[in-house]
Amino acid sequence: MLALVMLTGLVCVALGSVPIPLDKTASILWDGVLGRDLTGNTQAVIILTVRLPRVISVFLVGAALSLCGAAMQGLLRNPLADGATLGVSSGASLGAMLAILMGIQLPMLPLAGTAVLSVIFAFLSLLLVLFLAFALDRSLATNTIILIGVILTMFMGSLMSLLISFSGPRLRSLTFWTLGSLSGAGYAEALFLLLALVVCGLVLLAHARELDAFAMGEENARAIGVSVRRVKLTVMAAVSVLIGVCVSIGGSIGFVGLVIPHISRLIMGPAHKRLLITSLLLGGVFLMLCDLAARTLLSPVELPLGVVTSLIGAVFFMFILANTRRRAA
Amino acid sequence: MLRVEGVSVSYRDFEAVHDISFEVSGGQWLMLAGPNGAGKSTLLKAIAKVLRYQGKVYLDGMDTARLKTKEMARRMGVLHQHHTLGYPYTVEQLVGLGRYAHQSFLSHADPDGRRMVDEALALCGLSGLRRQNVLTLSGGELQRAFLAQVFAQGTRLLLLDEPASHLDLAYQRLIFDTVRDWLQTPGRAVMSVVHDLQLARRYGTHALFMKQGRSVAFGARDSVFTRKNLQAVWDMKVGDWFIWLNEPWLMDKKG
Repeated sequence: MLALVMLTGLVCVALGSVPIPLDKTASILWDGVLGRDLTGNTQAVIILTVRLPRVISVFLVGAALSLCGAAMQGLLRNPLADGATLGVSSGASLGAMLAILMGIQLPMLPLAGTAVLSVIFAFLSLLLVLFLAFALDRSLATNTIILIGVILTMFMGSLMSLLISFSGPRLRSLTFWTLGSLSGAGYAEALFLLLALVVCGLVLLAHARELDAFAMGEENARAIGVSVRRVKLTVMAAVSVLIGVCVSIGGSIGFVGLVIPHISRLIMGPAHKRLLITSLLLGGVFLMLCDLAARTLLSPVELPLGVVTSLIGAVFFMFILANTRRRAA
Repeated sequence: MLRVEGVSVSYRDFEAVHDISFEVSGGQWLMLAGPNGAGKSTLLKAIAKVLRYQGKVYLDGMDTARLKTKEMARRMGVLHQHHTLGYPYTVEQLVGLGRYAHQSFLSHADPDGRRMVDEALALCGLSGLRRQNVLTLSGGELQRAFLAQVFAQGTRLLLLDEPASHLDLAYQRLIFDTVRDWLQTPGRAVMSVVHDLQLARRYGTHALFMKQGRSVAFGARDSVFTRKNLQAVWDMKVGDWFIWLNEPWLMDKKG
């Protein structure tokens, strides 16, 4: 699996509007790792300053979104659930959009303004979902949470449309951003994503057994000794931080968190210890390939990444759904 | 082993369970019976800490309000009536999760785990189905798998919420016989909500009759299953009803 990640990464770095042979790409990357002087080498500049940080960021966003999807699907016992179903993604999008519109930035930390507001809004959406779910149904039943998540997503969508319609000259950048893109991602973005993925990813991996317990029913999870409320809150918090950071950097990129965990489950089975790791790696590979398609299909025009994932993901998901129905019948 | 003192459960302004007290000791199988809406399952859920309650519940002399969820799970197993499964786990994975409370957070070391899971599978007659996808099991097999999960928990007390009410006759008997076999080991006890009075009488050693959230009778089985109590709780002559149900219809016909 790691070899697949490395190979896909290498291909994605090599290909683009200016294709560079694989062996040449590998040697430039190796020279870059060893810190050799590559000044004056145009191909090295393209690879090391443009493509590599972007491919790394794309891998990390894909891995994070897919990991979040797998975790939410276990927690909510629903294969169609992911961070987006909870309303966390749309909350994060709204926060990021507000930060862009109001020009909120933190001194010394250019990325942090959007990310902080994005994570805060992701958290607030989460708290709102939990508060409403708790008010309606004290047990925080999963169906209630999903329903409220859907309502919240629609509400946030309306607010975002409202913001876009009032945004005037910034409209184009906002629209492109809501479609999802990592075209401007550099090493700073990659490092930020890596930090978030390591911290939240470890939290989620540490709860693999609890997610198995949730996947077999919440009442049963409590009966075997799982602290249902604490685990729910921890997993949801980790998911919302990850999604908040991803959305603040790459915008809305849909379907990764739905399709990849599904495929991973078919390959590895439902046990979360393996499922989470497989989803993480496959999610990264999938998004790297989608980004490659976005960059090269209509070159020199670049497609928004979110559009590519939705196009591939929707068709693929319909296929999965039809297949599942056929098997059930 | 289990002592319940003055437990009440309220939903807003409706009191579903009112001031119930009883005790279950080793070797006993307490049957909780009563008409629909009597508060039996609510009481069981309160004892399992699924619902909030007033009053005190002591498990092995300890107030359960102070016990952590894992500690509770090491002392008391709970089998719910319905199960919701979404993913194709194997029977063995499902039963293995019963060991959750015995494993530490990061190192999942559990020296007794393998043996307990194997024993639980064997006791429930599932050894041959251990690799089977749980989504393909029949209702009876699935209930046995969850029963095996509870057994794997290694507790001395079981709480069963109508464990066989949606199963056919053969599986009802299988589930109740399996629990009775489990109870043979000294120091173990069972409390179950049961709708079927015949099963309650056949397998129970003690009984608690409830009506409209209140306790009507509690004690050894024969002292509770009296004509007077049955009539008071079900507002009908239960004995006559059973005689009518059990008229010798099978014996009438040959073959």
